Amino acid sequence: MAKEKWGSKLGVILAVTGSAVGLGNFLRFPGVACANGGGAFMIPYIIAFILLGLPIAWVEWAMGRYGGKKGFSSAPGIFRSITGCNRTAQIGTLALIVPVIIYMYYVSIESWCLGYAWKYWTGGMQEVVIQAQEAVTSVDNTDNLSILQKEAGIIATKEYLLHFAGIVPESEDSASGNFRILREFSKGTMPFLLLCFAINFILIYRGINKGIEWFCKWAMPALLLCALFILVRVLTLGTPNPDLPDASIINGLGFMWNPIGHNLVDGKIVEVGFWEALSNPQTWLAAAGQIFFSLSVGFGIIMTYASYTKDDDDIALSSLSAASGNGFFEVALGGMIVIPAAFIFLGPESIIAAGEKGSSLSLGFFALPGVFEHMPAGHFFGGLFFFLLFMAAITSSLSMLQPAIAFLEEGLGLGRHAAVTLLGFITATGALFVSLISNNLTVLDHMDFWTANFCIFLLATIEVIFFAWIMGLDKGLAELAHGAEIQLPKALPFVLKYITPVFLLIIFGSWLWKEILSSGPYVQALKEDPVVQLTVGFIISIFIFFSILVRIAVKRWDKVEENISNSEEVSA
Amino acid sequence: MTVSGWIIMATSVVGMTGLFFWCIRKVLITPGATEHIHSQSDLDPKDQDE
Repeated sequence: MAKEKWGSKLGVILAVTGSAVGLGNFLRFPGVACANGGGAFMIPYIIAFILLGLPIAWVEWAMGRYGGKKGFSSAPGIFRSITGCNRTAQIGTLALIVPVIIYMYYVSIESWCLGYAWKYWTGGMQEVVIQAQEAVTSVDNTDNLSILQKEAGIIATKEYLLHFAGIVPESEDSASGNFRILREFSKGTMPFLLLCFAINFILIYRGINKGIEWFCKWAMPALLLCALFILVRVLTLGTPNPDLPDASIINGLGFMWNPIGHNLVDGKIVEVGFWEALSNPQTWLAAAGQIFFSLSVGFGIIMTYASYTKDDDDIALSSLSAASGNGFFEVALGGMIVIPAAFIFLGPESIIAAGEKGSSLSLGFFALPGVFEHMPAGHFFGGLFFFLLFMAAITSSLSMLQPAIAFLEEGLGLGRHAAVTLLGFITATGALFVSLISNNLTVLDHMDFWTANFCIFLLATIEVIFFAWIMGLDKGLAELAHGAEIQLPKALPFVLKYITPVFLLIIFGSWLWKEILSSGPYVQALKEDPVVQLTVGFIISIFIFFSILVRIAVKRWDKVEENISNSEEVSA
Repeated sequence: MTVSGWIIMATSVVGMTGLFFWCIRKVLITPGATEHIHSQSDLDPKDQDE
């Protein structure tokens, strides 16, 4: 009996951690950290974790459960029930579009994970490597043959994967732009994207929770073990190519963790000092954005799920456990694997170039095959790692659609199946937009920035202001503390009322000021690049569409409330 | 890898791992944890069986 209890408690921890872990931990975090000051990034990151991530996660859990008691599960309804004002429901539109838009590119990356796993396990990757190695044997016969063969294998897998994801530099292909992308896409990612869509929507359509809970309990330890095994291999890589003594694991770790940033100026690496990195608002914005992205804070997702909790559930410890499990996977595993591997196999220039372009999410896909080429049974582990990552991503992507489903049901009176079908159409359009007009991942990168940084920041700021200044701290914190087994920090009211909102406004304001004044990279791209303009236009169109739906929903809610109040008057 | 790099790495990794293990311990010693602590995956949207 005691054993059973211990096992089920461990199952709870694994389920909580499993839900929190996703692509942001292993793929997004290392790239973002490296592009924003390396080790220096960790200072704003930890501060953002303590002052933004945890407090706002608690805010979302408390607001969600409060809204649930009033019969609402989506942000427009919850905001309206908290403030008593119909206009705030419109602000809740942000909480609907953020997860829906993130889903559009998240599912593309999910399909890369599945595709990589498939290629590793079915020998596709091995074939490419063997062909490249044989080519080296036929033209070269030096003492370093095995090293050259390994290098050739790594270069070949990188090229292969570039083609697979449809990211082929135009110079390498004579075919014209759109046709070239469509051709590569249909040969590479498309079958996996369709499969991912099908898996996601079948699970959502049918009701998924038991299966996902089961996965979190069993596959999470497998992902942890697999990641630990890869970590050990990365840390024992030493200097794989003696001809390149600088490409060592120690230098790779240094590139990730030394408190020095790096920029590329005319193809040369220029160091960015510790204080220079910290005084750049972009570093703080990126740190906060990463915390929000990986903890799913500022998405509206937590609020929706919290509305399904019972009155005596411990939402404070639930939230803290998810955040800490997420932080462990992100920093202790994600931060130790991808960048050191990318440093060794791709070189620092590639990492910086990817960071400057905002392609942090794709870096792991190019760097990790190098590690697997240097591992015993590397192709098996490559397949296993990407498959487990795909499964972890599924748990995250499934939850991304729940806020919009809940809204369509409670706001427009749609049934679950109709809501899922409508969302399926919207997200499929978006995912095709991301894949087909990829233009070397420009759409994905800018969609990620404008939603996962910009919109999330706005939403998180609004949430904390509603909680601390409109709902009232006494009411909000009482909701959070109800059923809690942990003592909430004594400073929490002060942090939520003053520190968190001021911190958010200062970072956001100073970033906006600098970006607009000095025409920073995102504003510059928005002015000049038609693909970026199209991306932002697409995000705005989705916002307008959902905003109209929210307007309709508010009218319905008003009418329902009026009818209830009329019938109460009649019965009185 | 500089000394400050080692310090930042060790502090970050140990800090996050420590917090995670504190939470595991807390869940293990909390009575009724299985009923009252939730993840998104075990929370049932009310419409699920429609």
